[in-house]
Amino acid sequence: METNSLFNRKYVVQGLFIVIGLILLGTLFYIQVYSDKYFLSAKSNVLRKIYTFPARGVILDRHEKVLVQNEPVYDLMAIPNDVKPFDTIELCRIIDVDTARFGKNLRKARRLSRYQPGIIEKQLSVEIYQALSEQLSRFPGFFVQSRTIRQYPDSIGSHFVGYIKEVTQKEIDRSEGYYRSGDYIGKSGVERAYETVLRGERGVVNMLYDVHNVPQGSYAEGKFDTAAVSGEQLISSLDAGLQKMGEELMRNKIGSIVAIEPATGEILAFVSSPSYDPNLMVGRQQGNNYMELLKNPNRVFNIRPIQGYYSPGSAFKPLDALIGLQEGVIDENTTFNCPGYFKVGNHITKCEHVDGNIALRRGLARSCNTYACYVFQKLLTQRKYKNQKIAYDDWRNKVKLWGLGDTLGVDLPSERMGRLYDAAYYSKKYSKYWGYGTVISLAIGQGEMDATPLQMANIMAVIANRGYYIKPHLIKAIGQKHVIRKEYVRKNYVGVDARHFNPVIDGMQEAVNSPWGTAIQSRIPDILMCGKTGTVQNSRGKNHSVFIGFAPRDNPKIALAVIVENAGYGSAYAAPIASYMAEKYLKDSIGGYRKAQVEWMKKQVVLPPPPKAKGKPLIKPADSTVLKTEQALPALNSPVKPEQQPKITSRNEHSAQ
Amino acid sequence: MNTQHNNRFFFKVDWITILVYVLLCTVGFVNIYASVPSNSEQGALFDFGANYGKQLIFIVTGLILGFSILLLDAKFFSIFSPVVYGITLVLLVLVLVIGRNVGGNQAWIAIGSFRLQPSELAKVGTALLLARYVSTFNPKFRDSRSILTAALIVGIPLFLILRQPDAGSALVFLSFMFPMYREGLSGYFLLTFLGMIVLFVADFLVPSNVLIPVILMIGGFFVYSNRRKQKIMFSAIITTIVAIAYLFMVKFAYNNILKQHHRSRIEIILGLKTDPKGVGYNVIQSKIAIGSGQLTGRGFLQGTQTKYGYVPEQSTDFIFSTIGEEWGFVGCFVVIGLFIFLLLRLINMAERQRSSFSRVYGYSVACILFFHVFINIGMAIGIVPVIGIPLPFISYGGSSLWSFTVLLFIFLKLDSNRMGFI
Repeated sequence: METNSLFNRKYVVQGLFIVIGLILLGTLFYIQVYSDKYFLSAKSNVLRKIYTFPARGVILDRHEKVLVQNEPVYDLMAIPNDVKPFDTIELCRIIDVDTARFGKNLRKARRLSRYQPGIIEKQLSVEIYQALSEQLSRFPGFFVQSRTIRQYPDSIGSHFVGYIKEVTQKEIDRSEGYYRSGDYIGKSGVERAYETVLRGERGVVNMLYDVHNVPQGSYAEGKFDTAAVSGEQLISSLDAGLQKMGEELMRNKIGSIVAIEPATGEILAFVSSPSYDPNLMVGRQQGNNYMELLKNPNRVFNIRPIQGYYSPGSAFKPLDALIGLQEGVIDENTTFNCPGYFKVGNHITKCEHVDGNIALRRGLARSCNTYACYVFQKLLTQRKYKNQKIAYDDWRNKVKLWGLGDTLGVDLPSERMGRLYDAAYYSKKYSKYWGYGTVISLAIGQGEMDATPLQMANIMAVIANRGYYIKPHLIKAIGQKHVIRKEYVRKNYVGVDARHFNPVIDGMQEAVNSPWGTAIQSRIPDILMCGKTGTVQNSRGKNHSVFIGFAPRDNPKIALAVIVENAGYGSAYAAPIASYMAEKYLKDSIGGYRKAQVEWMKKQVVLPPPPKAKGKPLIKPADSTVLKTEQALPALNSPVKPEQQPKITSRNEHSAQ
Repeated sequence: MNTQHNNRFFFKVDWITILVYVLLCTVGFVNIYASVPSNSEQGALFDFGANYGKQLIFIVTGLILGFSILLLDAKFFSIFSPVVYGITLVLLVLVLVIGRNVGGNQAWIAIGSFRLQPSELAKVGTALLLARYVSTFNPKFRDSRSILTAALIVGIPLFLILRQPDAGSALVFLSFMFPMYREGLSGYFLLTFLGMIVLFVADFLVPSNVLIPVILMIGGFFVYSNRRKQKIMFSAIITTIVAIAYLFMVKFAYNNILKQHHRSRIEIILGLKTDPKGVGYNVIQSKIAIGSGQLTGRGFLQGTQTKYGYVPEQSTDFIFSTIGEEWGFVGCFVVIGLFIFLLLRLINMAERQRSSFSRVYGYSVACILFFHVFINIGMAIGIVPVIGIPLPFISYGGSSLWSFTVLLFIFLKLDSNRMGFI
């Protein structure tokens, strides 16, 4: 009955079972063990990261007064799939956007995901939020998510604080996964320099979702969840009152004020003018306001204290003399004759005065160019050098110790180096035929030498400290523990002995306090201010008015550099402004008759004529912040009334008396 | 006397098969328990309102049913096979009239809260009658008459099931080709079916203007190489013509007879179309769940895809995705290993029968189970189109569990009685 061949068919059937079994197992092996594609898909199926945003760190001034704080704003979100037909016009009216924009945002959100919340309108103000929250139940699928934006109670220090903005794709890529689209990042100023400290840590909750997109609790019992950690607070070295007065004094002028506490290197005032209200750079109008500010011909976003290039001018002379003293080419009694000029070869450097025989103290007090040139000549023609080129490089290195010709390392981004060339540069430019006479302008801080206002103020800090400086910085303490970076407590010596400083300081004291001084407008009642004026020639119109100095003479508390562009003599604007600043800081207020002078100074307009009037600049205030109108937009009221121009000249005549 | 008889009898029952059966039922229960959606928390083990509680009842009643079958006289099945077959045919007709339509298929007869699926019973009836036919007439399936008779026995329930229309269950009836093959049906029949499947797939993947010349060339080669043997040459010509005609028929049937959801499923399985949100969703989610199990699985009740309902029909047709996710490749290996072991053992048992009735029935049981296992798991891992048939002993559902139990235990009874006469 059962032939052998039919019995063998058992093996065909069993063989088929085994082959199919192996095919199934092989496929399973590929899906489960070999490929991790499905494992990853499973993860993205169920796991969503929900982020909670930390509040950004607060920034305080040196007396712990708030400079930058946070203010709640509200993003209108929607889950497109949950949105039911609703009164679009009414909703648009409440949140104050046009329906076209609203529709576009809603469609965009729907395109990104039908089930995930998408942002419909960003940064609604508290007022709009209140109006909206009453009505929100009428708009199913919409909800509001709160986050914080920056707010600046005093509207000061815009260049110092900088601003934050949504991250760009480039920054997201560079951050290796930290930033996500829609996050904010510091773009300039302290916000950028201390981004990692200020931003805090984003909190994350790993949530599991079921197939209907309903949350099902946290993943692994929250083992991988983190709470949002607020950013650390920063205590800045700024004195809010001083900063505010500085900004007011510089209103309608171009230039900067830098004040440093010499003993610590802490920057007390950091004024860059023209400035803007930092509150303009937050909120929904940020983009528009930014574009408007960019239109200002005087370049509002230049951070002049660390980016402006000015010849130091006469302000450089004390440094010159100090190197001379240290090198021993002069002593405090060395006398040179000033016929009203200094001649080397065919080149004549003019001097403002004919001072006759002149020594160190009076040379500085009178800001004698001839004296400075003689010192420079002596320095570069010392016997110990094989040639003047080597002597020059040696001199340059000594100058560089003072922080010139290189960045000082202030804690702000985009600091510029200034300009101080080496011998090789001149050898290239003049071939080998050059000597001290070729670069004699450097002796009086002119020519191919530029310094930032911060570098100039730092020179004063060195002199005030009698021989060293601490790197100037704007943040004196980070976080609750008041950490300070190590580099901001280290003393940097400039290689000049303390004993050489006294005669130079005498000269600077006389410049301010003696009848023959050039900086007598910077005198402060009851306080010995030491300083130097500079009247810096420049190619762009009138001379810049410069003053550098420190006060009081003994145990100095403040070192200053004030630059007012195109304002003429140093004594005209820079010197009085410096004196008000110092007085305000040292006495906490301006006394008596000088109060009126301060008010007068605040009203002065020293601006280059506007290039071409391009209509009225139109700035909408950030609608999420209340503008302090009294202080609003110094730079933006800039169009100069022609009748104010003559006043400046008259003032110049007045101050020259 | 009677008890002694029973004792002797129970020793002859193949307990190893019963052990495998119980293991597979347990795997089913555990994984149905895990497949309960998370929003209704896993409660008490004996919550008879939940699927897993019901399945426990099905398993227990299934065991009672199975052991009752073992108590019946072995001759009963042979004698009453035409009656059983007749009843299933009546039920299959009845379901077309009064059946409940669930998910597009009119496959269920509701009796109170209990739902009966006649197509499941039809497998038992058909297997019994086919075995009876072979044992009575001893056909060798060499003549067209015996082949047609067998085809009729299988074809009538198959046709009725296609009317529901339940293509999956109907497909299972093709498994009766294997017992016929064992009894003498030419292997060419199996090869023809294999060829039809290959041509069917090729028809979709290769454009006609390439496929037809290729078939002509292959046919031409056979015709040329056998030009001296007229008979073979002739059949080669016929085969070529039939193959090409078949291609056109497939195209025609595909475009005019199949419904859109059939077409979509075929296109997705052949990789012609991707549709992650539509028909392909089941397969993609099932593959994700299985793939996420990796080597050792996420652990019992730890499968996120399972827990949060990402795989549709998880406790029934896609129960294998739960096994794959929570127990990993190791779990899959064990389950498939158990099935293959069971199938091979059933074939071996069938071969040790003295009566051809038992042998044919044993082959039928093994091959029906094989079709179910292959199609169900193959569908869960995306190598077979989505055809909704249950995984034997594991998928949730009383009707399927009981019919598989009955199917298996009848054979165990026959096997225990293998020395006797039927």
